[in-house]
Amino acid sequence: MSGLAAANSPARSWDNDAALSIVQEKKSLDGALMPILHALNDKFGYVDASVVPVIAEELNLSRAEVHGVLTFYHDFRKEPAGRHVIKICRAEACQSMAGRDLEEHVKRHLRIGMGETTPDKHFTVEAVYCLGLCACSPAMSIDGKLHGRVTPQRFDALMAEKRS
Amino acid sequence: MSTVLYIPGDSAALALGADEVAHALKVEALARKLDLTIIRNGSRGLFWLEPMLEVVTPAGRIAYGPVTPGDVPGLLADNFLHGDKNHPLYLGKPEEIPYLKNQERLTFARCGIIDPTDIEDYIAHDGYRGLKNATGMQGADIVDAVTESGLRGRGGASFPTGIKWKTVLGCESDQKYIVCNADEGDSGTFADRMIMEGDPFLLVDGMTIAGLAVGATKGFIYIRSEYPDAYRLMEQAIVSANRKGYLGPNVMGSGKAFDLELRLGAGAYICGEETSLLESLEGKRGMVRAKPPLPAIKGLFGKPTVINNVLSFVAVPTILDKGAAFYKDFGLGRSRGTMPLQLAGNIRHGGLVEKAFGITLRQVIEEFGGGTASGKPLRAVQVGGPLGAYFPDALLDTPLDYEAMAAAKGMLGHGGIVVFDDSVDLSLQARFAMEFCAIESCGKCTPCRIGSTRGVEVIDRIRNDENRQKNIELLADLCDTMLDGSLCALGGLTPFPVQSAIRHFPEDFNRPSAAKRAAAE
Repeated sequence: MSGLAAANSPARSWDNDAALSIVQEKKSLDGALMPILHALNDKFGYVDASVVPVIAEELNLSRAEVHGVLTFYHDFRKEPAGRHVIKICRAEACQSMAGRDLEEHVKRHLRIGMGETTPDKHFTVEAVYCLGLCACSPAMSIDGKLHGRVTPQRFDALMAEKRS
Repeated sequence: MSTVLYIPGDSAALALGADEVAHALKVEALARKLDLTIIRNGSRGLFWLEPMLEVVTPAGRIAYGPVTPGDVPGLLADNFLHGDKNHPLYLGKPEEIPYLKNQERLTFARCGIIDPTDIEDYIAHDGYRGLKNATGMQGADIVDAVTESGLRGRGGASFPTGIKWKTVLGCESDQKYIVCNADEGDSGTFADRMIMEGDPFLLVDGMTIAGLAVGATKGFIYIRSEYPDAYRLMEQAIVSANRKGYLGPNVMGSGKAFDLELRLGAGAYICGEETSLLESLEGKRGMVRAKPPLPAIKGLFGKPTVINNVLSFVAVPTILDKGAAFYKDFGLGRSRGTMPLQLAGNIRHGGLVEKAFGITLRQVIEEFGGGTASGKPLRAVQVGGPLGAYFPDALLDTPLDYEAMAAAKGMLGHGGIVVFDDSVDLSLQARFAMEFCAIESCGKCTPCRIGSTRGVEVIDRIRNDENRQKNIELLADLCDTMLDGSLCALGGLTPFPVQSAIRHFPEDFNRPSAAKRAAAE
């Protein structure tokens, strides 16, 4: 299942041979670039810049085109994330249920801003614009697991579980 | 004999602890030596009652909710497996709950009832009857039925579906495509997700009918990466449908081929715009294309393409099964059929409400939604996602149909309704609309790419009481430029929430600045 575990799988060290075999395995798909980037992101937790010329060569694209796609989409990471990835919904339905306060609480709790990783590489916090949980706002996902109606207290409890 | 229990595997139910409830049930059943069969259904869409557990009794399915893992031992100790009426979580027959009983569920008729992984269950609940009829019809007759039903695109643009299909049917080409836009990015919407998680074969059914109608042999479903559960369930459904001959080289013995492939988005809101989605499917940046040419004539890989939203495709099997006249009988004016509305945000009874067009915003919010979740007075309602207008109480009697919403300078969009109580600051909401546009703009056209960033700055100045009147005029001018000059709906509709906030809630743009408030204290 390409791409789905991307945010959640712990980063493995980059392996050029494994990356090349992913590219070659998927290159015959129609519009292969997205599935390739998802598969790499999935496997390694990020897409290393060194793979750009490799993909360009295999798909007969320019490096600029590959770089353009890689950097256009929010999902593709340029470097590994922290061990746990917290995605907070910043969209309107969650705003209506004190989502902004929750976001501030999370940033204060972890002492980092949106899109940042704690110095110990334990936690990365990212914005997401809608998880489709708008009838049980505010919502977030932690390592891919969804949580609805999250209060600051509930968030603290979830963090305590992750730390233990 | 094994007792059958249903616990939703719907993402929202999972976010509220459905997996933990299922796990507790398995553990308790083992300890008590009870023979239970647990089916993970979709959600009925009553999210204040999730996780809602249903037990099959001789008298029918009986619901309990919202259930926590801690409730499980108590439930099993009581007479719950026989439909115990005295339990505090007892809800009775789900279809008798007024919230459900007062709906007109055509598209969502099966959602929450069947096992979404079991094609036989879909068929047993009238599934594939639409496709069966379609296999015996000429493409043009299928297109005519869709046109006659009055179905309009449910993604937001409300373009007549039949006319789109007719254009593709009329194109000569060696290859045509059916593309489903399942990049449901609007805040306040979750109907696509629910149907893909609760009744995935319905989407396969609808897209296959579209393929037969226009002579396309290949379809793609573009699902946003935020919906991994929907992806997984659609993947299973496609495998089952292929195995049973509902997809593949010979669809239901018709001699016609149709194949489906799933693709994953990558977190770009703009890819919900149809031409941007096509670019993304082709493996490119999700940059909006100028129209014309229409995707119907030059779409995916330059070929004639039907691209529709999930909710448009899943309306089609009903039309082909029960007839265009049956579907058209619902609704009014030029808005025919039913609309799956999604009640979200600060609302007591949030969920999915499928009704014929014409119900008012107030009826949905008060009769179904039961008012705000916080209990504080309602102040604003955003309809149609991040590009939709904010409505004040005075406009809540607007009927939810395409024309009436447009007349009120709003839009129905994908049917999302987000309720805010009186703690909302509409100047902040207007700022967010511009901020969101700046984050998600594809960058192709100037009004959207630069206008959105300037919009944030101008609203900040208004909020800070810097040259307030002049900046309000500047903002109005900027909104006009974005409206008239943007290439697609992102830049072109971002002014909707901004202008409506200023029009209906001017006081929020006239407050003392934060600095002045601090000084006063």
